[in-house]
Amino acid sequence: MINLETPKKFVPLVNQARQVAAEIFRPISRKYDRAEHAYPKELDMLGALLDGMNAAGGNGGGAGAAGVRRDAKADTGDANRNGTNLSTVLGVMELCWGDVGLLLTMPRQGLGNSAIASVANEEQLARFHGRWAAMAITEPGCGSDSAAIRTTATRDGDHYVLNGEKIFVTSGERAELVVVWATLDRTAGRAAIKSFVVEKGTPGFELMRLEHKLGIRASDTAQFALVNCRVPKENLLGDPKIDVEKGFGGVMQTFDNTRPLVAGMAVGVARACLDETRKQLERAGVKIDYARPAMVQHAAVAEFLRMEADYEAARLLTLEAAWMADNRKPNSLQASMAKAKAGRTCVDIALKCVELCGSVGYTENELLEKWARDAKILDIFEGTQQIQLLIVARRLLGKTSSELR
Amino acid sequence: MENTKSMSMANNAMGLGLRVLNRFAGMPLVDRLGLRKPSEKVLYQATRTGFRTAAALNRGFVATRKLLKPARLSSAGEPELFDLAPTEEQQMLRDSVMSFALEQLRTAAPGADNACAAPAELLRQSAELGIALMGVPEEFGGVGTERSAVTNVLVAEALAQGDLGLAVACLAPSAVSTALVLWGDEQQQAKYLYAFAGDKAPAAALAVLEPRPLFDPFALQTRAHAAGGGYVLEGLKSLVPRAAEAELFIVAAELEGKGPALFIVESSTQGLAIEAEPAMGLRGASTGRLLLHNVRVPASALLGEARAEIYAECVDLARLGWCALSVGAAQAVLDYVIPYVNERVAFGEPISHRQAVAFNVANMAIELEGMRLLTWRAASLAERGRPFGRETALARRLCVDKGMTIGNDGVQLLGGHGFVKEHPVERWYRDLRAAAVMEGVVLV
Repeated sequence: MINLETPKKFVPLVNQARQVAAEIFRPISRKYDRAEHAYPKELDMLGALLDGMNAAGGNGGGAGAAGVRRDAKADTGDANRNGTNLSTVLGVMELCWGDVGLLLTMPRQGLGNSAIASVANEEQLARFHGRWAAMAITEPGCGSDSAAIRTTATRDGDHYVLNGEKIFVTSGERAELVVVWATLDRTAGRAAIKSFVVEKGTPGFELMRLEHKLGIRASDTAQFALVNCRVPKENLLGDPKIDVEKGFGGVMQTFDNTRPLVAGMAVGVARACLDETRKQLERAGVKIDYARPAMVQHAAVAEFLRMEADYEAARLLTLEAAWMADNRKPNSLQASMAKAKAGRTCVDIALKCVELCGSVGYTENELLEKWARDAKILDIFEGTQQIQLLIVARRLLGKTSSELR
Repeated sequence: MENTKSMSMANNAMGLGLRVLNRFAGMPLVDRLGLRKPSEKVLYQATRTGFRTAAALNRGFVATRKLLKPARLSSAGEPELFDLAPTEEQQMLRDSVMSFALEQLRTAAPGADNACAAPAELLRQSAELGIALMGVPEEFGGVGTERSAVTNVLVAEALAQGDLGLAVACLAPSAVSTALVLWGDEQQQAKYLYAFAGDKAPAAALAVLEPRPLFDPFALQTRAHAAGGGYVLEGLKSLVPRAAEAELFIVAAELEGKGPALFIVESSTQGLAIEAEPAMGLRGASTGRLLLHNVRVPASALLGEARAEIYAECVDLARLGWCALSVGAAQAVLDYVIPYVNERVAFGEPISHRQAVAFNVANMAIELEGMRLLTWRAASLAERGRPFGRETALARRLCVDKGMTIGNDGVQLLGGHGFVKEHPVERWYRDLRAAAVMEGVVLV
């Protein structure tokens, strides 16, 4: 039966996340926007709390560390399921209403944890349990075309030797582990790309610098050099064989689960902007009437309604993608649709809200200007707007990546 | 070749209409039932703006078997989980309506667009699908048990995927029966509802819109005041579907001292006139103006005691109906464009290999999915009796903006071919603009 409301069983979790966002994130939001690269100590306590919640079978709603594993054992037939994908994305929306930068730097909730949860075997899962993992894909010479990565992994006895350079590693400084993408054979294309868990402190794994950014300054973004860095062969996630048939599948399937989460982040930031703008407009004597036509109301109301409609579309597309993952329906198309819509909507809304609120929106007295800076990354990382559109278009049109480039 | 095909379809539709008319005119039953006058009105010229005629004679609605209290469909239950899967019944209904829409409505659409009229045979077939019966309680001969705005949305979507104008022609009478089920008292239901579940259900229309810029359904210029134990109505309604053949109207008017309200007006009431009002699109729905001059109706014509929340609900349910229609039409555009851009070759390869084209298609699909989800959400709240005003406003905003963008892109991607009538995209472009303009007409 069609129902698009938050399921009752997740209401407590959503409320909890909302409280964390309002009581913990918001009060320190500006502080760590100004103190870029300073570690938000306040999150340690929260991290412990989330660990407890996760262990108790719930999901605290980090960046999806625990929420994306597709466990075949949990399959219970045709019945409709609302599981961890949906609960995590609902939690993420709430927390990012508080602060997206702080969410990204939640201990043990990194995208590397997501990758481990999604593709690691049972032994690896146990070995890396409870440790904070970042994700290193991008290189100076390759971004969206991750099949073109140049970092190499060469087998040497019981180890792989990694050589290359990684940039834009979220939580790279703070995490204990970094999941590094490298190729076993540069001539073998996508199929040879594997992910390796590299422990911090491994010789040859060196942090080069931290970026200074437009937004999400609470979250550190690191650059690494790998020079003859030796990792145990057991740290290769998934299957070590180069399977040309399966191609990129192994590493890419993480994205079907993480893209809805990033979409969820964008939805959270967008709602923060809308809530604040509504408040500011009401102070200015402009009230939104949903029943009367937009064009007979204040121009700001018409603009607000347009944005809120886009926000709602982004939100529901995101929930759809997560719901499909919970129900083990292939969701690459919907995940990319959600990410594309949410990413661009978030930026559009944030910038327009700054405009509507004038200097109140533009100055550091309020958080709107910060959200407008934070928003931009959400239309870039985890697959840019353009990459999402390519994925959606290829699926709809039945085109391969060589036909539709 | 496409051109001759669509022309011959138009001829066939017209030919079929004439054949039916000819046969019908010879039947003695026509005289016995006193139907001769209204049926001659088939010759009413729907394509001529301003062509004026009296409203149709109606069958003389008589109250029978009155219930002790009005029959209402029960509210849908409160589901526990987030779910985007229609029920099995909804899926079956959707499939059968969809095949009717794609086979019958799509084929008849060019002819109906030309003639500004839906083929009578098509409307009969649509009645046989039993869509209208689902909304009428069993007590009145219908098959409805539970109120389902979502089911109505799915049906409207599917019909509009065939053709939006003809979907409106098919659904218009149900708006009146749905209004009676939702807000009619036992007397009003007893008088009118049986007819809607019968073999020859009447054409009927819900008239809210008025012809002026910045129209606001909460600031009506059609007026009603109490007089002589009843009401007197005065005003003008625009884009009323099948106006000339409708036997029953529900008319929105500003009731003096009360606010906007709904009135049941039988078509043979003195003072009613119909004027043809062909438009940019929705031509298969034979749109017309309804002129009300010194129209006297009894006290029992007032629907829902002029309660403000009932009028607001009516406006919202109609807006949701237009959302569903625009989702269906936008889906038709997307489904048509995909094979076209894959087959159309320019510069040595399919134009779909260009990002400028491919991204356009991707965006059509993304926005369409959003339109659908927003519409479903509002409908699912409505059928459970929960507040759905905000959700409806957002769905409408999105469907109006993105639906039109999809209609526009559909023509653009076909280029010059999109501009000519060999392809249906130009009709969808015209029809999709309606969602922004319309109020009333359909209810989900």
